[in-house]
Amino acid sequence: MVPLSYYLILSGILFACGVTGFLIKRNIITIFMSIELMLNGVNLSFVAFAAQWHALSGQIFVFFVMVVAAAEAAVGLAIIIAVYRTRETLNVDQVNLLKL
Amino acid sequence: MHLILFLIFGAVCVAGAVNLLLQHHPIDSALSLVVVMGALAAEYLLLGAEFVAAVQVIVYAGAIMVLFVFVIMLLNAGEEARSGGSRIAWVIGVPGMLLGGILMSWVLLKHSGTGQVEVGSLPGSPQDIGWLLFHDFLLPFEVTSILVLIAIMGAVVLASHAQSAEKKEG
Repeated sequence: MVPLSYYLILSGILFACGVTGFLIKRNIITIFMSIELMLNGVNLSFVAFAAQWHALSGQIFVFFVMVVAAAEAAVGLAIIIAVYRTRETLNVDQVNLLKL
Repeated sequence: MHLILFLIFGAVCVAGAVNLLLQHHPIDSALSLVVVMGALAAEYLLLGAEFVAAVQVIVYAGAIMVLFVFVIMLLNAGEEARSGGSRIAWVIGVPGMLLGGILMSWVLLKHSGTGQVEVGSLPGSPQDIGWLLFHDFLLPFEVTSILVLIAIMGAVVLASHAQSAEKKEG
């Protein structure tokens, strides 16, 4: 028996690590990996709630989140390749054309 | 037993996530993320979600991370450069996230009630998932297939368009 709050805290820690990585990392690929970490943290809370309420719909949502994450990874990595080909850099500080 | 396994895999998860933040080379971060996803699959198994655990390993730790590693190798990504902006993010972001995490843990422990989760408390076999997916969630499932199709076309267009532009210039 594990209290539900332990699972939620673990999920919160993973999400916080993802947000921190999003803020402190300068490499665009690592920033993208931090987003995947955040999605994983949310998935864990979905599964934990599904287990507590004996509702399988929570796992279906996790399935949909994974599909959307896969689509997002494919398109996002293609965008990263396109950015690298035009700007010759992966550092987000040097991709600043929209900055005032 | 459940609690001990939860704590072991939870510690592996958190260690991988923190290692992702500390590493400077993208490939090290990617491998840390694979560790996090593998440990999360074990956590799903502890909750009885067999199907989700299998999909986690196949789709996340398998397909998506291979895509990441391929892109890292393709672009020959090296160590990330430190800059002024990221130092400000370290100084403000890390304490802020630590404070937020501690506050959130405290609130969850205090107010989330007495919910308990048992091993295998969920009927998460592929049969049950498949019945629900193709019965109650059929329309979202079909919409998802269109989304994936569009994503594939978008990825091909985005990646090949840059190449043809390069050829025209050259």
